Amino acid sequence: MTKFEALRDLLRNWSASVGMIVIALVLLVALIGPVLAPYDPIAPEPLNRLKGPSHAHYFGTDSLGRDIFSRVIHGSRISLMIGLISVTISLVPGTFLGLLAGYFGGRLDSLIMRFMDILLAFPAILLAIFITAILGPSLTNTMIAVGIVYIPHYARIVRSSVLTLKEQLFVQAIAHLGGGHARILGRHILPNSLPPIIVYATLGMGTAVLQAAALGFLGLGAQPPQPEWGAMLSEGRQYIQIAPHVAAFPGAAILLLVLGFNLFGDGLRDALDPSLRSQ
Amino acid sequence: MREIILDIKGLTTQFQTKRGVVTAVDGIDLTLDRGETLGIVGESGCGKSVTALSILGLLPKPAGKIAAGQIFFDGRDLVTLREAEIRHIRGNDISMIFQEPMTSLNPVYTVGFQVQEAIRKHRHMNKRESRAEAIKMLGLVGIPEPEARIDDYPHQMSGGMRQRVMIAMALSCHPQIMIADEPTTALDVTIQAQILDLIGRLKEEIGMSVMLITHDLGVVAEISQRVMVMYAGKVVESADVKELFANPAHPYTVSLFKSLPKIGGRDGALKAIPGVVPSLLNLPKGCAFHERCFKTQSRCQQAPPWREITPSHMVRCWEPVEQ
Amino acid sequence: MKVSQPILACEQLTKHYSLKTAGFSRRSGVVRAVEDVSLTVLSGEVFGLVGESGCGKSTLGRVLLRLEDPTAGKVFFAGQNLAAFGPSQLKKFRREAQIIYQDPYSALNPRQKIGRLIEEPLSIHRVGTRQERRDRVHWLLDVVGLQPDHAQRYPHEFSGGQRQRIVIARALALNPKLILADEPVSALDVSIQAQVLNLLEELRAEFGLTYIFISHDLSVVEHIADRVAVMYLGRLVEVGPKKEFYNQPSHPYSQALLSAAPIPDPTAERNRVILTGDVPSPVNPPSGCSFHPRCPERRDICFTKAPTLRQLTPERWVSCHMR
Repeated sequence: MTKFEALRDLLRNWSASVGMIVIALVLLVALIGPVLAPYDPIAPEPLNRLKGPSHAHYFGTDSLGRDIFSRVIHGSRISLMIGLISVTISLVPGTFLGLLAGYFGGRLDSLIMRFMDILLAFPAILLAIFITAILGPSLTNTMIAVGIVYIPHYARIVRSSVLTLKEQLFVQAIAHLGGGHARILGRHILPNSLPPIIVYATLGMGTAVLQAAALGFLGLGAQPPQPEWGAMLSEGRQYIQIAPHVAAFPGAAILLLVLGFNLFGDGLRDALDPSLRSQ
Repeated sequence: MREIILDIKGLTTQFQTKRGVVTAVDGIDLTLDRGETLGIVGESGCGKSVTALSILGLLPKPAGKIAAGQIFFDGRDLVTLREAEIRHIRGNDISMIFQEPMTSLNPVYTVGFQVQEAIRKHRHMNKRESRAEAIKMLGLVGIPEPEARIDDYPHQMSGGMRQRVMIAMALSCHPQIMIADEPTTALDVTIQAQILDLIGRLKEEIGMSVMLITHDLGVVAEISQRVMVMYAGKVVESADVKELFANPAHPYTVSLFKSLPKIGGRDGALKAIPGVVPSLLNLPKGCAFHERCFKTQSRCQQAPPWREITPSHMVRCWEPVEQ
Repeated sequence: MKVSQPILACEQLTKHYSLKTAGFSRRSGVVRAVEDVSLTVLSGEVFGLVGESGCGKSTLGRVLLRLEDPTAGKVFFAGQNLAAFGPSQLKKFRREAQIIYQDPYSALNPRQKIGRLIEEPLSIHRVGTRQERRDRVHWLLDVVGLQPDHAQRYPHEFSGGQRQRIVIARALALNPKLILADEPVSALDVSIQAQVLNLLEELRAEFGLTYIFISHDLSVVEHIADRVAVMYLGRLVEVGPKKEFYNQPSHPYSQALLSAAPIPDPTAERNRVILTGDVPSPVNPPSGCSFHPRCPERRDICFTKAPTLRQLTPERWVSCHMR
């Protein structure tokens, strides 16, 4: 199955297309939005506090009088960054460890996977608290925490792929030709392990955003006055009764982005899965 | 005295795929007499297995469908029957055995349970009676010590044994027709000989007809009385087995025979058929074989006629090979 | 008369696997896959290795090329003991001895263009510049009957027969002297088998290759081999030149094997030796001669004493008490 065929299948899948559009939209907003945002997302305007959505302020203002629309726009950059960086922090070491464990097996495998089991037992929140207690609360540390917590997931997926691929004839054939471990792992096993990783990473971006939002909600993530959506949600909690828009719009933004990742990820899985293709 | 028990007219079976409609079987006619073994021979994609599945309503739904044709058995057209009615015929009047006995048998039930299941369903016996009958069937198919083996699981048996179990299941209700789809392809050659021998003997004892589907011309020559050759969904030649092997008329059949390595055959290169079997999505116009045919002419781009060489030897070709 | 040098030889080669107990199964023991095999393969010949499943022919092939280490015994390539090869010598050996596999569908990385696939051995052994490698790939594609622009395509775009040609091209990339062909045509359609067999023959003649040709299909082996060796339960039971073997097989198992092969000729006389029982498992081989439970000629001595390979004529060897 060529990349072209996979792409074509992807585009035919309507939920994947919707997901792609959403993500593209958020990406666009993140890229050029801050330039076009009508107001400064950070400077407080005490005279404008908690105004509802209006012609001047599409999403209304928050407790410090800041324009929520501008803040949401700026926050899109932060959320996308969270998704990307956290997933990268999970994916790279996770894949590497999974490759080693699956390919070499034996004691190395046991060692790595037991360590992964320990990590798996940590709830993200706990790890984040731990890290931020040591390093101090910040967005960067949140991303690191979320990233670390998901390493074992990638390790397991990759290890599982490697175990199957190791037995495949085309992999053994390279050894028969005189190829060494590095070549087999790098050129043959890794590329064929990618599809499940790609799917998981896409879905993982949504999860990372949610986790960071939760941590931000607890005050462990982005620190004020950063317009991170989760932190904005937290700020808006106190005003749910009188000014629900303060929490509603960042909440909706989170929902949209995560939904986009999920739809796209599901569609990607279907497109890449050869067993779902009709004969 | 020929008595036709299965009469297929104009059967066309199609599959819906992402890339379009695939016509796996294209208007074939087929008759099966009581007590005869009919061999259906062809390579992958020719439609022989799909024909068998069509008869018993076993096509994968919803993709597969019988688009046209009639299958007359026992006075009824099987194509028109409802699922419940076909289910009554399956395993009872017409049964089928497949190539891979390991995947056709349920690994979590004992062999005895599965044979008994077939018996109880169609012959309405109680547990004790069906167990005795199952032991008898296992013995009939040549499984040593059937009273002991009846409680074995499929994975405890060898491939040859499992195939015998499949045959026992297929025969437990004394069907009139047994369809065998590549029954020995996955078996070792010495076991294959045993199984073919067994099928031949049982056929005599029970008085049933056998439809043998295979790609192996040797197997066909061993036990069939009549042979049909299929290519890309159509029957291209049909004859008594001796006649087919002595005087093949269709260029495909002729080329196939010439390309076989034979024990005691001549040395030197085999006469291979050039090219590959065309994809069913992209068949050539007219005769599906003409692009690979050594006798191809311009009129082969029109569908060739089904003509008679002798009353029992038919071929689908504009210019069959001279006898 | 050309005097051929031995290119590969083995002495008392043995390969055992231990069965690990897995979970709840209480199976333990040793799989005696290859037992005490000694043979010589001459340069330029096609050495046919036949036998049924579980006989150890594939394992023997793998051990001969040191894809796995033997449990006992020695293998010599061009006079040198393979076991003594260090990593760099072993890597050089891989250039001289290559493999063609049974399953063309899983032997190629689905994500690599076939140009890269064929080039890989050259890249592994750092042979030639990029341009030289590309030229060699084009040349190889031509040699196996494919087009140069096929180098840009992926494996799934090719049929089974074409994929096997790609596997062959890759095996030839480094100019090996010896090729282990493990059931190279078994997974292919009959009409394609002939094409690939012809190709293998041409390549052998043109490049002076030596083949160890493993197959369960006796007619294929008869066509292509110069000498034939028969294996049963890990042991060699007969070795000899092709014509003599097929005209007058000596070992009772060889006789049964040959007589069991289906003949694509309904009028041929059949002297069937139908063996009773199953092919036994290499975990618990019978005592004495491992064939005795199924042998129509067994005597008392066969129950207790294992026979050894003895010379019948200068070129024929048989392992049987009754010969």
